[in-house]
Amino acid sequence: MRLEYFEMIDTVTLFDAAGQRIVCNATVPQASPVFEGHFPGHPLVPGVLLTETMAQASGYLVLGLNRLSQMPFLMAVDKARFRTFVEPGAVLVIEAAITVEGSGYAATKASITADGKPVCDAELRFRLMPFPAELGELMRQRTSAIGLVAGAASS
Amino acid sequence: MSSTFETVAGIISETCDIPREKITPASHAIDDLGIDSLAFLDIAFAVDKAFGIKLPLEQWTQEVNEGKAPAEQYFVLENLCARIDGLVAAKTA
Repeated sequence: MRLEYFEMIDTVTLFDAAGQRIVCNATVPQASPVFEGHFPGHPLVPGVLLTETMAQASGYLVLGLNRLSQMPFLMAVDKARFRTFVEPGAVLVIEAAITVEGSGYAATKASITADGKPVCDAELRFRLMPFPAELGELMRQRTSAIGLVAGAASS
Repeated sequence: MSSTFETVAGIISETCDIPREKITPASHAIDDLGIDSLAFLDIAFAVDKAFGIKLPLEQWTQEVNEGKAPAEQYFVLENLCARIDGLVAAKTA
């Protein structure tokens, strides 16, 4: 994870196209400017960044399923629950699955665990829009870097 | 139709925080109720779940934007409800 760059997902470990499900890994860095404020002397990953992490895993799932034909933008966060603190060095497993595949939107259920214990979960929704021209190549590079392309090909 | 309208009106009222009494079958979702495209996606999500259908919003939007269909055809609530009924009937047929 590079929190300050919003690069929340390190690798895609499973992309299940038939089951419309993804599993990703992310290791929280030992140091980040984020921890200087949240909180001084008591570093914790903010809940909003855990939500972003679930959103990114869900977004990569949508991108893998639609083969980067439409860009998912987060539009709703429902039933978000944060069940434990996440400290520097934590190894996170992020899972997301499609719950509704609508016309122009997608809904997912996502969760994060660490050491097998629940960290947080939420129901997320994304607006699907034509790919902004400046984002297409960037997202292709990013999905390739985290292994989504390889994961998609192997499923 | 009336039970479909009651369900849709309830969804719109709750999703968009619009007083239920302001929502009538003749209401235009955009022009009369001020619902924007993002809020309409919220409504579509709730409608899809409530009726077990998939509103073809992208197709409707494209038809309206290209001038192939008047917006009233899809976004006046009595017309929207008729289309929902049609999608439900097609699913169960």
